[in-house]
Amino acid sequence: MSEDIKVKDGLRESATFDRNTMTEIRRAAETGIYDIRGFGAKRKLPHFDDLLFLGASMSRYPLEGYREKCNTSVTLGTRYAKKPIVLDIPVTIAGMSFGALSANAKEALGRGASLMGTSTTTGDGGMTPEERGQSSKLVYQYLPSRYGMNPDDLRKADAIEVVLGQGAKPGGGGMLLGQKITDRVAKMRTLPMGVDQRSACRHPDWTGPDDLAIKIQELREITDWQVPIYIKVGATRTYYDVKLAVKAGADVIVVDGMQGGTAATQDVFIEHVGIPTLAAIPQAVRALQEMGMHRKVQLIVSGGIRNGADVAKCMALGADAVAIGTAALIALGCNHPMYDEEFKKIGSAAGFYDDYHEGKDPAGISTQDPELMKRLDPVDGGRRLANYLNVLTLEAQTLARACGKNDLRNLEPEDLVALTVESAAMANVPLAGTSWIPGKGY
Amino acid sequence: MKTINLTEQSVRDLNQALHDQAIECTEREWEVLEPKGQHNIACGLDQNISVDIKGPTGYYCAGMNKKAHVTIHGNAGQGVAENMMSGTVRVKGDASQAAGATAHGGLLVIEGNAAARCGISMKGVDIVVKGNVGHMSCFMGQAGALVVCGDAGDALGDSLYETHIYVKGEVKSLGADCIQKDMREEHIEELTELLNRAGVDEDPTAFKRYGSARQLYNFKVDNTSAY
Repeated sequence: MSEDIKVKDGLRESATFDRNTMTEIRRAAETGIYDIRGFGAKRKLPHFDDLLFLGASMSRYPLEGYREKCNTSVTLGTRYAKKPIVLDIPVTIAGMSFGALSANAKEALGRGASLMGTSTTTGDGGMTPEERGQSSKLVYQYLPSRYGMNPDDLRKADAIEVVLGQGAKPGGGGMLLGQKITDRVAKMRTLPMGVDQRSACRHPDWTGPDDLAIKIQELREITDWQVPIYIKVGATRTYYDVKLAVKAGADVIVVDGMQGGTAATQDVFIEHVGIPTLAAIPQAVRALQEMGMHRKVQLIVSGGIRNGADVAKCMALGADAVAIGTAALIALGCNHPMYDEEFKKIGSAAGFYDDYHEGKDPAGISTQDPELMKRLDPVDGGRRLANYLNVLTLEAQTLARACGKNDLRNLEPEDLVALTVESAAMANVPLAGTSWIPGKGY
Repeated sequence: MKTINLTEQSVRDLNQALHDQAIECTEREWEVLEPKGQHNIACGLDQNISVDIKGPTGYYCAGMNKKAHVTIHGNAGQGVAENMMSGTVRVKGDASQAAGATAHGGLLVIEGNAAARCGISMKGVDIVVKGNVGHMSCFMGQAGALVVCGDAGDALGDSLYETHIYVKGEVKSLGADCIQKDMREEHIEELTELLNRAGVDEDPTAFKRYGSARQLYNFKVDNTSAY
C-alpha cells in the first residue's frame, strides 16, 4: 500500500497482519499445506551492513591501494590432511546439488571458481563428471542421504565436507520434489523417476560427536589421510557446535548463517530457525580461541555474503574464508530481469523468484528441463562468476589496505564498529562513536 | 597368506597395506589377528582379496567395501559394511546398529542378530540376517533386499522406497508406507537365490514379503499424518 493511498483515504495497514501475512493465511486455508520454497531468509536481520570499518588516519597507517600487496590466499586443512587446499582467494562456492541445479549450472560454478583459483562444492546427489572436470578444487559433501556416495568419488575430491546442517534449515533435511527428478538425477540417487526425494535430517550411521569422531577417522582411512575434512553446521548453538566439531577432529569448520539459501524447504523453517550469520561468527571464533585452535582449524562462514565488504567483515571477525551460494547463482543469472515476462507467467517476478523446487526457472539454473537448461551457457556463466569473485576480492582488498593490512586475514574486530546496539552485541564490537560493547561495558 | 596382528601394527598400517593391493595385488589372502574392537578396520578396500578378521570389530568395519570378501569372526560394531559397493561381508556373530547403512551393492551376511536400523537407507545391497533385526530396520530403504530369518522390531521399512523385505518370523510393527505384499513366484526365486548366496538353509516359502505402498512417493496433504 503506498503512502499516498493511506494519506488520502485514511487507511491504515496492520503491522501484525500485513498483506504478506494475510496472503499466507489465505494460501494456507486454501491448500492445507505449508509453503515450500527456495532461497534464504527474506526477513530483515542484523547483518553486515550494520558494521563499518574504521579506515586508517592519524592513529593507523594505510597501505597504498595500487602499489602495496594485500594477500588474499588461504590454506585450508592444515591440521591433519597431507594435502591441504590452497585457495587463491578466500571466497569459495558453497555446496549446491546437481538435481537442485542443472548440470550446466554446476559446470558454470566449477568453471568460475577454477578461473579464480578457488574451490566449489558438490551437494546432495553426488559428483557429476562435468563438475569434477571443470573444478580445479572440488569439495565433496558427505550428507545424511548419501545419495550417489561412493569411495571412488570420495578419493577424487580435494576435500570432504561432512554436512550436519545448513543455515536455511538447521535440524531439517532436504527435499527435491518429483518434478525435478529426471532419469539422470534418479539414477544418481538410486530412486525411481518422479518420486519426491527426501533427504534425512541426520546421518544414518552415527548419532553424536563421539560417533562423528570415529566417522571422520573412517573417511580419513578410506582416503589415506590425504585430504582435509570439513564439518558444516547451520548456525544455532554455534559456540558449542564448533567446540564439538574441533573435538571430533575437523580440519575446517563451515558455519552457515540463517541467511544461507536452500533449494527447497518449508518457509517457516527458513524464516524462524537459526541465527544470523553476524551473530554466529563471534561465537565460532570464541570457541576456537578458547581451544587454542583459531587459525589452526580454519573457519569458513556463509549465509548472505554479497560483496567485498561482507567478505572483509567476516574476515575481520575472525573467519579464514567465506562461501557463497545465492550470490553465485545471481551472478550466473538467477532472477535476472531479462526473464521478467516469463517469471510473471509462473506467478513470480524477476528479483522475487524462489520456487526453485518447481523446476521451472526461466534462467535455466534451478531446473532439469532440457530446454530451460540450454539458456545457461556454462562457459559464459563461469566467466560471469569469475568476474563477480574478482570484484569481491578487489573490494575486500581495498578495505583491508585502508585499514593498513597487507593480508585479508590480518583484519581484526578492532577495525570494526557497529551502527546498532543489536549488531554491536552480536558482533562484539563497539557501537560507532563509542567504546561501548553491549554486555561488556566501556 | 599375509597376517597382521593389530596389537603389533596399527589400523592405519593395516588399511594402507590393504589399499596398496588396489594398485598392485601382491597377496589375495589376509588374516587380521587381535582386532580387539578397534574401529575402521579394513575400510575402503578396492580389490578382489579375502580378509579374515579373527575377533570382534568396532565401528565401520569394511566400510565402503569394493570387491573384497571380508569375514568377521566375532561381533561387529556400528555401521559394519556401511556404504558397501560390492564384494561380501560376513559377520559370524551379532552386528550393532546401522549394519549395511546406505550400502549400494554386494552382500552382507549377519549370522547372529542385527541391532536397530539394519539396512537404513540401503541403496542396492543385499542383506541376509540369520537372527533378528532391531527397530527401524530398512528405514528409507531405496533398493536391494533385506532378508530376516528371525523377527523384526518396531517400524520395519518406515518410509520405504523400493527395497524388498522378507521376514520369516514376527514383525512387531510396520513403519509408515510399508505393507505386507503377496509372495509371488518371482519373489520365491529371488529369496531362494539370496539364501543360497548367503549359505543359509531356510525354507523360502516360510517367509512373508514386505514392500512400499508407494503412498508417500509424492507429497500429498492427505498423507500429512504419516510424515
